[in-house]
Amino acid sequence: MSHDRLISDTSEWSFPLLERFDREIGRIARDEFRLDTYANQMEVITSEQMIDAYSSVGLPINYHHWSFGKQFVATEQNYRRGQMGLAYEIVINSDPCIAYLMEENTLPMQALVIAHACYGHNSFFKGNYLFQTWTSADAIIDYLVFARSYVAECEERYGTEEVELLLDSCHALMNHGVDRYKRPAPLSLAEEQKRQRVREDYLQSQINDLWRTLPTASRDKDAPELERFPAEPQENLLYFIEKNAPLLEPWQREIVRIVRKIGQYFYPQRQTQVMNEGWASFWHYTLLNRLYDEGYVSDGFMLEVLQSHTNVVFQPDFDSPYYSGINPYALGFAMMRDIRRICETPDDEDRYWFPDIAGSDWIEVLKFAMANFKDESFIAQFLSPRLMREFRLFSVLDDDRNEHLEVTAIHDEAGYRKLRQALAEQYNLGSREPNIQVYSVDRRGDRSLLLRHFRYNRRPLAGSLDEMLRHIRQLWGFDVRLETVDENGRVELLASC
Amino acid sequence: MSHFIDRRAGAKRKSAVNRQRFLKRYKSQLKRAVADAVNRRSIVDTQAGEKVKIPSRDVSEPVFHHGSGGTLEGVHPGNQEFVTGDRLQRPPAGAGGGSGKGNASNSGEGEDDFVFELTRDEYLDLLFDDLELPNLVRNQLVGATEFKTVRAGYSADGAPSNIDVVRSLKGAIARRTALASPYRGRIRGLEEELNALLENDTPEDDPRISTLREEIEQLRIRIAALPFIDTFDLRYKSFVKQPEPTSKAVMFCIMDVSGSMDEQRKSLAKRFFLLLHLFLQRNYEKIDVVFIRHHTTAMEVDEQEFFFSRETGGTVVSSALNLVYDVIRDRYDSSGWNIYAAQASDGDNWESDSPVCRDLLAQKLLPLMRYFAYVEIMPRHHQALWYAYQELEATAMEFAMQQIDGPSDVYTVFRELFKRQPA
Repeated sequence: MSHDRLISDTSEWSFPLLERFDREIGRIARDEFRLDTYANQMEVITSEQMIDAYSSVGLPINYHHWSFGKQFVATEQNYRRGQMGLAYEIVINSDPCIAYLMEENTLPMQALVIAHACYGHNSFFKGNYLFQTWTSADAIIDYLVFARSYVAECEERYGTEEVELLLDSCHALMNHGVDRYKRPAPLSLAEEQKRQRVREDYLQSQINDLWRTLPTASRDKDAPELERFPAEPQENLLYFIEKNAPLLEPWQREIVRIVRKIGQYFYPQRQTQVMNEGWASFWHYTLLNRLYDEGYVSDGFMLEVLQSHTNVVFQPDFDSPYYSGINPYALGFAMMRDIRRICETPDDEDRYWFPDIAGSDWIEVLKFAMANFKDESFIAQFLSPRLMREFRLFSVLDDDRNEHLEVTAIHDEAGYRKLRQALAEQYNLGSREPNIQVYSVDRRGDRSLLLRHFRYNRRPLAGSLDEMLRHIRQLWGFDVRLETVDENGRVELLASC
Repeated sequence: MSHFIDRRAGAKRKSAVNRQRFLKRYKSQLKRAVADAVNRRSIVDTQAGEKVKIPSRDVSEPVFHHGSGGTLEGVHPGNQEFVTGDRLQRPPAGAGGGSGKGNASNSGEGEDDFVFELTRDEYLDLLFDDLELPNLVRNQLVGATEFKTVRAGYSADGAPSNIDVVRSLKGAIARRTALASPYRGRIRGLEEELNALLENDTPEDDPRISTLREEIEQLRIRIAALPFIDTFDLRYKSFVKQPEPTSKAVMFCIMDVSGSMDEQRKSLAKRFFLLLHLFLQRNYEKIDVVFIRHHTTAMEVDEQEFFFSRETGGTVVSSALNLVYDVIRDRYDSSGWNIYAAQASDGDNWESDSPVCRDLLAQKLLPLMRYFAYVEIMPRHHQALWYAYQELEATAMEFAMQQIDGPSDVYTVFRELFKRQPA
């Protein structure tokens, strides 16, 4: 019976074969595992095109900037020298979901990629709350088209150099240009273009108002403590600059906005690496195994798939020369499988640690986990003692006041909670990136901008501060100062420009 | 729900613009790297691209991030013997906390360098950036001295050798058809009448019949008498002359091979010549190179002999200049060729010959030439030839001279000689 169903035994792919695989994988994903996905658009590309895709941060279109060229040059160089392989696929959070398959892949690899990207990542993009909240899959391509043509237009009108300088500054602040608490309105190309001009005029008038009332010196003295501006510190530096920088031209504000929007688009991806890759790996593993069980693929096919799979989810130990931190594929995949195990065959420990999911429908639990968590909370919620033992996890405290490093927890009864908390914390974007806020603007004086860095665990701020401040100054147009606040509330000036 | 698209034939090199932006931004660093490379590597392989390095601190993009220090708790896999409370020795500096940073370089290129490959064209562009052949613009744009003949349809007159036979005969057929058509019409009418008479059993000797027959015969003769081909039919292929900028250049390499030129000096001269050749290659479709070496007498040789064989003896520079003049007169008409010459010497010359050289150049050679460059490969003091030439430099636009001290000078001197001249 199995022989009739066999799709193909070759390793050469062809479009009819790919379609056949997609049909079967899609059928299993939908009917059996109830995965909800966007429509798929699979594009077969060459390795050269893959390098192109790499260098524009994986986006199918983007505005031009030298830094993408640098990325391109570096990737190309490494690839040519054989120092790195290219990813088998790139998948874009859009509707339809665009996935790039490399032509060099063998048929089993293409099938793996289809299962991984087009059903794994795709359903994650559609289901996870962060993506739902922060990105509009149906509008992103339109927005990128808009952004690209707008930037090109600005380059024509104001000169490439001018635009490049502005983009440099914006890119430096990209990580500090994300909203964490507000849903951006979905944008379409037509709408964006229509509103852009209105926005320009409106913003400009707002800015003028802000600075119009110059007080007289005498009144200034008697006046009570002035209202702070901004009323509360703001953490979205690019947003603050876009809305409030006094000297920016309307087109410059628009470009700041474009960079901010693209940063925002990537924000969920940065927060869900473990989950996203774990989810996709779990599904390519599960879907292809089911194909095998049903007799659609041969032993040889499955061996090749499993070999790639094993490479992807391999976790070297901390003392291995290959160790470079925890592999998100490995951790994510193990956790997803572990959740399934807890649901299907729980033991006493699982029942004690996970009373509400032990023994329930694993598909529902897994989908719930996928939809409602990010890496940090996902690990805090679902990392099981058993998995900590399997990974033989341990946490090390590095305190520069002590002479030695200290092992604070290992995979034992006393350490599980501590370990889980520590690992979750490691994925907390809020603590991984320095906390820098717009503290105040000297509206009455020299209009200087005051930024404050709030230290976390006494970790100092680094990263060529002078250069960073020059970028911020370039955007703000007036003096910029950067202070750091330590745990005791002591304020210290770090740099000014 | 799913569909596949084959993009393989689609847009390639989407990043070409970004790559160019990157190169443009780091132009000054790249130029430095390229200038280094030209001195370092053998110039013979200037056909290939070049690997360049720029310090990565220059290309890095700044971001705010946490520095080292403070407290940091990290979770790692693969515990074997640790238990809670163990104290560990801090790993050696750099790899703090096993954060995976501080990878050692594996190819001898420090992490401090951003290394990548320029294509040949990018390399040469940087190498020759803002250089311009002297007077090139004048010759290419204004002095269109050469014409190229191109086809321009047909004309009614021309030289017999340009007759287009097919076209002419087609015209003849049309003319004959047109001129014969009234006769043929009348023949048709007469024949119908004749047939009608014959069908009515009119006797063969009826006078009407013979008249008709005669008339038909007459008309046939008229048709046959039409000329098969007429001067009117002749069509000639038409050619017009289009002015074309001269795109041929000849480059004379003149080198002193007398005993005083040692290998090192020759190798310097070689670099200069090759650079010049490469540069001309970029600007002209066709380049001839003439190698002339001299000691007391001059000789035209091939490239191999020019660079690698060695002679001894005294030096008479004017012999070479005379030979150049002869070669130009014989083979390179200055209205059709852009003539360049580069002379490399250690400046040594037979005492009374230097003024002769100067006059020879000023009166005979320079008027024919686009450019004459003289490089003296002599680290210390100048020699007789230098002083003689110096008088020329002041007066003649086409003449330039420079001194080369060592390998690293070649490129700078080259630039200096061929500096973009104000239009």
